[in-house]
Amino acid sequence: MTSPREAILARVRASLADTPSAVAVSRTYRLRGERDRAGVIELFVERVRAYEATVVVADDPGAAVASALEAAGARRVGIAPDLDRRLRPPGVELIEDQGLDSRDLDGLDGAVTTCASACAETGTIAIDGGPGQGRRALSLVPDLHVCVVRAEAIVETVPELIAALEPSAREGRPIVLVSGPSATSDIELTRVEGVHGPRRLVVIVAT
Amino acid sequence: MTHSSLDPAAARDARPESFPHAATGALANHQVRANIRHATTSIRRKRAGVVAEVPDWELLRAAGAAIKDETLASLDAVLIELEASIQAAGGTVHWARDAAEANEIVVGLVRAEGAEEVVKVKSLATDEIRLNEALEGAGIRPIETDLAELIVQLAGERPSHLLVPAIHKNRVEIRDLFRERLGRPDLSDDPTELAEAARLHLREAFLRARVAISGANFAAADTGTICVVESEGNGRMCTTLPDVLITVMGIEKAIPRFRDLEVFLQLLPRSSTGERMNPYTSLWTGVCEGDGPHAFHLVLLDAGRTRVLADPAGRPALRCIRCSACINVCPVYRQTGGHAYHSPYAGPIGAILAPQLLGEEGAVASLPFASSLCGACYDVCPVLIDIPSILVHERGKAVARERSGIEGRSLKVLGKAFATRAGYERAQRLGRKLQRPLARDGWIAHFPPGPLGAWGRSRDLPALPAQTFREWWESRDEPA
Repeated sequence: MTSPREAILARVRASLADTPSAVAVSRTYRLRGERDRAGVIELFVERVRAYEATVVVADDPGAAVASALEAAGARRVGIAPDLDRRLRPPGVELIEDQGLDSRDLDGLDGAVTTCASACAETGTIAIDGGPGQGRRALSLVPDLHVCVVRAEAIVETVPELIAALEPSAREGRPIVLVSGPSATSDIELTRVEGVHGPRRLVVIVAT
Repeated sequence: MTHSSLDPAAARDARPESFPHAATGALANHQVRANIRHATTSIRRKRAGVVAEVPDWELLRAAGAAIKDETLASLDAVLIELEASIQAAGGTVHWARDAAEANEIVVGLVRAEGAEEVVKVKSLATDEIRLNEALEGAGIRPIETDLAELIVQLAGERPSHLLVPAIHKNRVEIRDLFRERLGRPDLSDDPTELAEAARLHLREAFLRARVAISGANFAAADTGTICVVESEGNGRMCTTLPDVLITVMGIEKAIPRFRDLEVFLQLLPRSSTGERMNPYTSLWTGVCEGDGPHAFHLVLLDAGRTRVLADPAGRPALRCIRCSACINVCPVYRQTGGHAYHSPYAGPIGAILAPQLLGEEGAVASLPFASSLCGACYDVCPVLIDIPSILVHERGKAVARERSGIEGRSLKVLGKAFATRAGYERAQRLGRKLQRPLARDGWIAHFPPGPLGAWGRSRDLPALPAQTFREWWESRDEPA
């Protein structure tokens, strides 16, 4: 008996019998942006802010993290075990995620992470499990996500962002793109911030 | 469990209502029409704004179409590569020829895990195969976690829009539903408060879930990476927290390269929700030690897709990335809403995809006629699907199938009668006698009941005149 796999592949081949192979894809669209560094950072800040996220540009990201947590009233905060010492504010109970279960994560007030790269045009941060980022659940379950973005990790366009992330995909690392806080437009297409993901997103651009 | 309980065709046949009949009912519901008008108008405005700010939009559309065509032209090789990449990354790939096979695979995987419930991310593929009914039939409770899908599920209804399945319900109706079904009599109709109620209701389900089921927006063959775009975070919850993740995906969702996401992640969010980027995009590759599910299953679904592939004229419908821009601009959809289409795929794309995917018999066969061919759908399609041309092609197929029907046979008889002058004139004389009880003021005022009546309901037919031109010519006095 033919397996479903063989049957489907045979149907595909039969369907395509008369089809010449398609022309190559021409990538004539913009592959990179034209702004200078300051312009890219400025655009990123504007676009993240448009999503109702809080954006801070700081030359001392540690202090910015501390004030973001204080402003949000977050006392118990989850971090990845390898988060940079300078991003760990004093006076806050920091809980290293050494495999916390979902309910433990749910009991936290927030999480502080870094990110892999970011895209200015769409106001997107990308998390790929690299240093300081932790596993995906860490920046998902708690209701506050404070994310530190190195200014030099911000690219201007989506093609540049995807190029930056491709090595992680090849290594099999999961990637999450975050553009603003959790939102829904399911009720009369009115955008409401906050359903299941973190309802508050604070992005700190470290210059 | 019997095999037939997994078969969506059985459930579909229970409602063999053609589009014109269903639309007549939908048009009478003024509340739904007002809701849909309000919602589609606002999303069209947003889409137009974010598309206008992309200088290379047309180049992106052309690239999106080309990547999809390239994929379809070598779909066998792309699928084999995708399978190998996912297996290399620790995932398992299953193949399903039809809905029943896909449902059987998923039910089997959930049972093997011993789970009594599953959390689900909004997925058109699982709507199409009616997976929820199959799960319930096997004693497994599916929990829809997308806010709109939850609303639809609690109301015991069907989605009415690809992207916003509860577009037919307004905030007051949703408040009343949540008050009753979530036991929250205190709720107001403020969308923020309603979203909060859904968050509280579903959080516990996410935390205890052991198995999740998702669809997929894209799957990159070279890396084996699956991509799900969403807004609420329910997709991240489902693809991250449970032990086992099952993804059901139509075979046309594969793309050759991870890099191709650079095109689609620009086209899709701007076309669908009118945002520069949707809040969350999850990308995962098989399983990752210490992060997320420890088992990942991909179910590759044919269910009619190879039939679409076999028709070169209809094939571009498989480029569709399910953005729903065509639905929001469609003058027919904006009047009738999605339920009249009786298929998970409504609007212009549904009118070409549903008859091809779900088979051309029954109610969906009338869908290619649910259009004025105005072309607005083609203008907004991010992957340049020429929907009007495919609609005409599908209409042609439907008419060809009808040739052996009453209309076709009657026209054949007429053709013979009109072939000679004598036959034509005899037919006229006979027609004049037969029309006598039906004609009034030069028009056929009412058709007799039966097939002729059904045919005549949407047609104006002038009555045969008492004297034809030729009769008048022959009878006139010779000029002096």
